[in-house]
Amino acid sequence: MVTIFNRKAAAPDTPEPIEKQGLSRRDLLKGGTVSLGAILVIGGSSIIHPQFAWGLETSNLKPETMATLIQLARDIYPHDHIPDRFYAIAVKPYDAKAGEDPKTKKMIEDGIADLDNRAGKGGYIGLGWEDDRLAILRKVEDTPFFQTVRGGLVTGLYNQEQIWPLFGYEGESYSKGGYIARGFGDIEWL
Amino acid sequence: MAAPYDLKDDSVVVIIGSGAGGGTLGNELAQKGIDVVILEAGARHEYEDFTNNEWDSFGQLAWVDKRTTSGDWRVAKDFPNLPAWIVKSVGGSTTHWAGASLRFQDHEFKALTHYGKVKGASLLDWPITLAELEPYYAKAEDKMGVTRTNGIAGLPGNNNFKVLKAGADKLGYKECHTGNMAINSAERDDRMSCQQTGFCFQGCKWGAKWSTLYTEIPKGEKTGKLEVRPNSMAQKIEHDKSGKVTGVLYTDKDGKQQLQKARIVAVAGNSIESPRLLLNSESSTFPNGLANSSGQVGRNYMRHTTGSVYGIFEKPVHMYRGTTMAGIIRDEARHDPSRGFVGGYEMETLSLGLPFMAAFLDPGGWGRSFTSALDQYVNMAGLWIVGEDMPQEDNRITLHKGEKDQYGLPIANVNFSDHKNDIAMRDHAYEQGKALYEAVGATRIFPTPPYPSTHNLGTNRMSENAKDGVVNKHGQSHDIKNLFVSDGSQFTTGGAENPTLTIVSLAIRQADYIAKEMAAKTI
Ligand SMILES: Cc1cc2nc3c(=O)[nH]c(=O)nc-3n(C[C@H](O)[C@H](O)[C@H](O)COP(=O)(O)OP(=O)(O)OC[C@H]3O[C@@H](n4cnc5c(N)ncnc54)[C@H](O)[C@@H]3O)c2cc1C
Ligand code: SF4
Repeated sequence: MVTIFNRKAAAPDTPEPIEKQGLSRRDLLKGGTVSLGAILVIGGSSIIHPQFAWGLETSNLKPETMATLIQLARDIYPHDHIPDRFYAIAVKPYDAKAGEDPKTKKMIEDGIADLDNRAGKGGYIGLGWEDDRLAILRKVEDTPFFQTVRGGLVTGLYNQEQIWPLFGYEGESYSKGGYIARGFGDIEWL
Repeated sequence: MAAPYDLKDDSVVVIIGSGAGGGTLGNELAQKGIDVVILEAGARHEYEDFTNNEWDSFGQLAWVDKRTTSGDWRVAKDFPNLPAWIVKSVGGSTTHWAGASLRFQDHEFKALTHYGKVKGASLLDWPITLAELEPYYAKAEDKMGVTRTNGIAGLPGNNNFKVLKAGADKLGYKECHTGNMAINSAERDDRMSCQQTGFCFQGCKWGAKWSTLYTEIPKGEKTGKLEVRPNSMAQKIEHDKSGKVTGVLYTDKDGKQQLQKARIVAVAGNSIESPRLLLNSESSTFPNGLANSSGQVGRNYMRHTTGSVYGIFEKPVHMYRGTTMAGIIRDEARHDPSRGFVGGYEMETLSLGLPFMAAFLDPGGWGRSFTSALDQYVNMAGLWIVGEDMPQEDNRITLHKGEKDQYGLPIANVNFSDHKNDIAMRDHAYEQGKALYEAVGATRIFPTPPYPSTHNLGTNRMSENAKDGVVNKHGQSHDIKNLFVSDGSQFTTGGAENPTLTIVSLAIRQADYIAKEMAAKTI
């Protein structure tokens, strides 16, 4: 099981030092932790975002795989104003699925290994420019691996209610009495 | 007798499906004192149970039992097991529908006469005329509370409409308004007025939008002559040696198979399930399925020529606020072959929430070209194209050779390919939509492909001659006198208009006919 320990379900992006959460960053580093990319710290079976208060534990996929999946998710649907943890939430179900179904596990691990292979030394996550990663993705976009991850993101990412405000979508409106008194026809620039 | 009815009661009319066609027919018959049992495959959710959340609502109401697809339409690639976006629930697709309620135009009932023979198309004239249907249109508009009829005011325009209207004015379109909507602009029929919540596709939690779920069905039930059985999936229609239908085999809410006897059976399961049921009801007397001596059951599947155009503007629109489809331009609905195609199309406002926009804007799309569009979600306006598509014999519902449903019956395959005329019309409409939004300052335009079909039509077509179609002008099957079709599958051709008002009008007319024939003991 993956646990996303998103410490506080508070307002998106309230930075909270990880030390407060009981799991110190130093503890993680002790366990032979690698830092991939600029942001994610991987150690043992977890990925920790050092600045923002979330982390993720994997039990079936390698944590490195999960970290690459998160980057892959962002490369498929890049929204620069959407923080990583939403991408992490979107791909985390693959860890559970990998536990239930060896075929899924193989598809994901092999798919990620293939991306790393194509990227060469440093792996997929080591490619600094999005364009370089995209060049690889365009070569694999018809594979079941890519299509599975992409397809899953359509709901996995965009159906997270917490990200709707980041797009300006207001979601549920019945409890607020609809928009009849809240600007259904307030356009002024026409 | 009064509801509930005994399984052995062979005096009842059994209707399969409780949507626009079945729900209306059920109430109309009950009002005349006729005993009716409606078998509905879906559960009963009242309008308080609806949710303002696109995927949750889809999970609650939509028909997600497996179907397969084939043909060159893009839906077959992007949504191979979801050819149609329709409902499995009491109220049928009138829970999800947007409420646009338009009459067909005169010439659309005579498509073959007016358009002439079109290569590859199986055009045919309807066996009824607009003049014959007009009194029933009037009844349906009154029943459904359609705006701009019966002295009912139009709905106020929301932001998405205002953008559409500004563009329409710039292009010189003359007929643009907030639509003929079966949505209360003021309290009517004990239902409140539209609160502009913007979740019409998810079921109206206020009950402002007409749905058989909370109009026809409870009204029929109140007479004591209508019994609705939810979670009851019809599997086979049975017949006797003379060929008359005698009852319907179904699985009840507890998963037990039951046989409800019937004097008359009316099929109203929407245009995929209705032909599937007739085909699955094959017997040694009718080896090709019921009512299928013409071989037309399942053929001529139509889904309207659709598509959407979304535009991005410099400033906010908030298109999702307010009534989803209350905005229309009718100028292109005329038949004018000088545009390069026969028939016409309507342009109607449309908005999807962020989750559905992500799924439907460009299915399969990814990368920044896709995500930069969603980043501008707030600044988007949208319209939907709905036009007449060409009936084609090979666009059809067939039984899958290998795959079966949970009850062991073959599932439906939906084969569809665009006709050249459909493509020419869609391209024209994309151009017009683009010009319209650019005229108001759009900086980017998306010609969005058709969604899974919301309008499913034609698979049990009406025809004058028994060899050309499945049912006569009353929806009565040519082959079996006490077997009727009561939904959109009766449509001979599709017209440019959203179909539900016509489905409801036909159901009201059919109820008159059934009552008359029952009284005369011919059925
Ligand atoms: C999102 C959306 C928006 C729409 N907007 C509009 C609009 O603005 N204007 C318009 O005119 N139309 C609109 N439509 C289309 C409209 O909803 C349909 O045309 C109409 O409801 C079809 O009526 P029907 O009676 O043929 O089938 P439905 O209303 O779909 O009813 C069929 C019922 O039969 C049941 N059923 C099927 N098979 C069986 C079986 N074997 N046993 C028992 N029950 C069965 C189903 O569960 C369903 O409840 C929209 C549809 C959708 C999905
Ligand atoms: S916008 Fe109006 S009709 Fe649509 S769901 Fe809301 S209240 Fe109902």
